[in-house]
Amino acid sequence: MSAEATAIDMAARASIWLKPHRIVLILVALALVLCAAFFMRWDWLPQYWEMGLMGIWRALWILAVTCALGFALAVPLGLAQAGGPIWFSAPAKVFCTIIRGTPLLLQLWLLYYGLGSIFPQYPWIRESWLWPYLRQAWPYAVVALTFSFAGYEGEVMRGAFAGVPRGQLEAARAFGMSRWKIFRRIWLPQAFYRALPTLTGETVLQLKSTPLVATISVIDIFAVSSKVRQDTYLTYEPLLLLALIYMTITGILVFVFSRIEARIPVKIG
Amino acid sequence: MAPGWGGTLLVGLLHSLEIAIGATCLGLLIGTAGAFGKLYGGPVTRDLLAVYTTVVRAVPELVLILLLYYAGTDLINQVLAAMGYSRVDISGLAAGIFVLGFVQGAYSTEVIRGAILAIPQGQIEAARAYGMPPGLMLRRITMPAMLPFAIPGLANLWLIATKDTALLAVVGFFELTLATRQAAGVTKAYLLFYVAAGVLYLAVTLFSNLIIGRVEAWSRRGMPSVKEAR
Repeated sequence: MSAEATAIDMAARASIWLKPHRIVLILVALALVLCAAFFMRWDWLPQYWEMGLMGIWRALWILAVTCALGFALAVPLGLAQAGGPIWFSAPAKVFCTIIRGTPLLLQLWLLYYGLGSIFPQYPWIRESWLWPYLRQAWPYAVVALTFSFAGYEGEVMRGAFAGVPRGQLEAARAFGMSRWKIFRRIWLPQAFYRALPTLTGETVLQLKSTPLVATISVIDIFAVSSKVRQDTYLTYEPLLLLALIYMTITGILVFVFSRIEARIPVKIG
Repeated sequence: MAPGWGGTLLVGLLHSLEIAIGATCLGLLIGTAGAFGKLYGGPVTRDLLAVYTTVVRAVPELVLILLLYYAGTDLINQVLAAMGYSRVDISGLAAGIFVLGFVQGAYSTEVIRGAILAIPQGQIEAARAYGMPPGLMLRRITMPAMLPFAIPGLANLWLIATKDTALLAVVGFFELTLATRQAAGVTKAYLLFYVAAGVLYLAVTLFSNLIIGRVEAWSRRGMPSVKEAR
């Protein structure tokens, strides 16, 4: 019975998806893909695919690290703006405004070229244990992307913290919970559930910001495609493949987040 | 600061603003057409528009800019060659406006579509009942009624457009970020020039916020305030 029902369900879904005009469109798309596969040059792929995989891995790694660190920074930023005293909320607001008001590319270059040109002037920095890291590009990329994510997500968290109903916090206080416990058990979880739908969008935006790190000589997948373009004098093939890779990663991210969202209790507030 | 570099930054800022304004206008045109196509178009139009908005929003702007920049100039030159004209150099300004406008179009399609859907259905039905032709209905009912819902999203897009112009520095278009890089590279005063450029971008954003607040208040005139209802 249930097998029959799922079969009928699947048939119904397929008939919604496969209307006649859709079949034509899909065939046209397939023809385009086949044209691209046969008439464009892909003979460079075997030589570069290992480097490409490394690039994808590096982009994903930067994405994961900066999202995690950025979110950890966004929580205090949002909390300070939502309920903090003015000497906490004002700096947090200034930080968010500066990050959201200037291009990420400029922030990245400010850190890499600006600070990067200041640091070597001080001998005590050059002699410290940090110097081997400060000479490389990736710490600047991670810091810039982390700040960017924190700035945008801090604004979201401000709204989420402010959106938790007062009654919840008052009830928690009436139970005699300490301030830290209220924050950990009541305020943060409910704010997090509220912020989760926007977190998907922010993460996708962050993924789309990662290719900028290639401009400060971090070898991510975008830098690999630039190298292929320089080596082979091909314009479109590496870029089209790159677009396809980013679209696939975006699709996977959206799918994973929708699964996480489905597990969270829907009724809030 | 060496004399003259400040002027260079201001010229760069001017170019950035030109591109941002052009791209936003083009994006609004594409967005309005796209939103109406998505809401009232045939099945094929709808599917093609869905592909357009999904692909543009899933691929990084930097990749799209490179793709469209090369593909667009290539395509125009090939068309010109086929028609028997000689190749032309596409101006960076036109290419930048086209590329960023194409990207902005996808986002504003979604914003305007959502805003039109937020109009109370009765208003559009009433307009139809009065026998208004579609053009008049668009001008008198749909556009003014959708504005208060669309303006916050469109304002965000304008701010994104001003910041996305920085990406054109990567394809070598002379705007504020590239001007800053050149000034900093020549004078070796990296921190000074990058901070100055940041201040300029921030000033544009804060000034825009001021104007946007006014425009939003204007578009909401006659609507009951949510604040007073509480």
